[in-house]
Amino acid sequence: MLEVKDLHVTVEEKEILKGVNLKVEPGKLVVVMGPNAGGKSTLAYAIMGREGYEVTKGDILFNGESILELGPDERSRLGIFLSVQEPPPLPGVKGSLLVPAVIKKRRGIPMDDKFADIKILREVRPKLELVGLDSSYMGREVNVGFSGGEKKRFELFQALAYDPKIVILDEPDSGLDVDGVKMVARVIDDMRKNGKGVLLITHNPRLLHFITPDEVNVLIDGKIVMTGGLEVAEFVETHGYDKVVTR
Amino acid sequence: MSIEKPEELVRYREPEELLGFAKDYPAEVELKGRITESLIREISKVKKEPEWMTRLRLKSLELFYKLPMPNWLQGIEMLDLDTMAHYVKPDIELSSSWDDIPKEVREYYEKIGIPELEAKVLHGLSAQYESETIYHKMKKSLEDKGVIMIPMEEAVQKYPDIVKRYFLRIFPPSDHKFAALHGALWSGGVFVYVPKGVRVEAPIEAFFLIGRAFESQFEHTLLIADENSYIYFIEGCTAPMYKGFSFHDGMVELYAHRGAHIRFTTFQNWSKHVINFNNKRAIAEENARVDWVEGSIGSMLTYVYPSTVLRGKGSSSRSVVFTLAKGPYLKDSGSKMFHVAPNTKSRIVNKSISVDGGINVYRGVIRIPYGARNAVSNVECESLILDDKSYAYTYPHNQIEEPTASVSHEATTMRLTEDQIFYLLSRGLDEDDAKNLLIMGFLDELFIEVPFEVAHVLKKVLEIEFEKLGGVG
Repeated sequence: MLEVKDLHVTVEEKEILKGVNLKVEPGKLVVVMGPNAGGKSTLAYAIMGREGYEVTKGDILFNGESILELGPDERSRLGIFLSVQEPPPLPGVKGSLLVPAVIKKRRGIPMDDKFADIKILREVRPKLELVGLDSSYMGREVNVGFSGGEKKRFELFQALAYDPKIVILDEPDSGLDVDGVKMVARVIDDMRKNGKGVLLITHNPRLLHFITPDEVNVLIDGKIVMTGGLEVAEFVETHGYDKVVTR
Repeated sequence: MSIEKPEELVRYREPEELLGFAKDYPAEVELKGRITESLIREISKVKKEPEWMTRLRLKSLELFYKLPMPNWLQGIEMLDLDTMAHYVKPDIELSSSWDDIPKEVREYYEKIGIPELEAKVLHGLSAQYESETIYHKMKKSLEDKGVIMIPMEEAVQKYPDIVKRYFLRIFPPSDHKFAALHGALWSGGVFVYVPKGVRVEAPIEAFFLIGRAFESQFEHTLLIADENSYIYFIEGCTAPMYKGFSFHDGMVELYAHRGAHIRFTTFQNWSKHVINFNNKRAIAEENARVDWVEGSIGSMLTYVYPSTVLRGKGSSSRSVVFTLAKGPYLKDSGSKMFHVAPNTKSRIVNKSISVDGGINVYRGVIRIPYGARNAVSNVECESLILDDKSYAYTYPHNQIEEPTASVSHEATTMRLTEDQIFYLLSRGLDEDDAKNLLIMGFLDELFIEVPFEVAHVLKKVLEIEFEKLGGVG
């Protein structure tokens, strides 16, 4: 379980998060919505431990233990996965190189075990189909020349392939058409059913037409100003974020 | 050609670690100091050379003093030739048995795994120590096919007519000061002739070692592939550590006759005590093909420019160069393609990595004069810089006069971004893994361009070179 307690985060000497509390339990879908620049991505990066995102107060706990002292790779190997909003291109690094390398690392298989690659690639192939990609994507350089939608699908594929316990998805549906959005909803629902905790970060509540969250939070100006069920998302959709603030 | 277990080709460590400090081995003859006519005549005398070769040396010497110091060479000014030993004949008899090679010297080759490699994959090996070839052997199967592989000095004695026809004619000493110096002082190296239609599939290797400081090595490799023949040649070099530095000014001349295919691969891994100058040029006749691969890892300063003159119709050449500048060292490289016949093709792939204060410089040349109809050339030059104290410079030079020629040139300089590193960390890779993956990705295309076993060796080398990259980036 992931728990964020009274989290204050400063980026470039500016306080972005001003006391955020949040819990993501296994098998639950927790949504954080909010306007742009409200601190949503900062929350994701702070949980992952990105350099430059300084926690000045509060704590982040994974299964009851603080992870603040851990680097992003250690947090990842504990079981936290972050799909970033704009995944960077990795020139020359094909999926067939990246995915086995990551999985070997996570499982403690030596990097130079090339036979493991073949097994791993066979094992993850069905997950590629789940996100609507064919196996040719493994032969492409990761995020190089990918459309927005392809990037999102490949991120979601990795979320499935690496088998984390907590999945943080930052705008997983941007750039996707309606069928794509439905696919994302289906995959999230499967993750939830498989006991994973999902933290969904989104500006746009469109995805929630296809999946019912367990909790919806509205993050504005570094604080969670509203918490509830689906009705919170519906309120935002009808009235916009301005009304949330004044309510 | 494929080698079943390419890992047998490598026993890679940094030469400093693998060979340690130089152990002095006595010389039978040592000629040092100012390079004069009498010094040249002395070398010629020791080698019992015919008069024509002495004259060729003296003509080169004249050019050496006449030609200006190339003004684009950075760092070479530290070299004071008057203080160097220009010819060092070790007190070792040339042999075709490693047992005859004195232990102290043999150990160097053993530590690098050369005799083992020879036993497993090579069809011929020539090993040079200081100025002379000390070990030389070719498999009988090649001899039976009429392949000639002998030390260069022996070729001068046995095949003067062939040597006269090619030697310093593919790469004339008048080209520049260091080519002239090489012509005056050359010693050692190997001569190879592949008869018409003969294919030398398993590689032949020449290996060069400089055993001590303030010494120059000027080996000369001349390789002639007759019509429709094929040869795969590997060249390697290394050195132990010493106080001070040494100088290497070798030359490679390749001649691919009609329809022949020469594949020439160099693994340069001098210790950081060697200033390394190379003169490499090939001529390709009609429909011939020359493939250069250069993996330039070690040395203090390296200057290397594999070049092909595409002289015959339909000839082609490819040059794949990888340079690593790790630490306060310089790699100055660049391939040159001279298209002087129609329908000629060339391709250059140059990749460099600069790290820990390293500097890479690329100077490529594509020349397509009028009349080289439909010549095609494409150049890809990519530099990866891993930290703020390292640099890469690119100076491509294209001279295209022929209107039907097609030339493409891509040059990119990349740095690893924090975005990329964080992305990979967030997947669970640690920082070293992340950097390694991005470096391997950067080099991926290079690995596709070179023979399988060469790619394997390069990967191994880089894994070790980048084992501890944690503090970088």
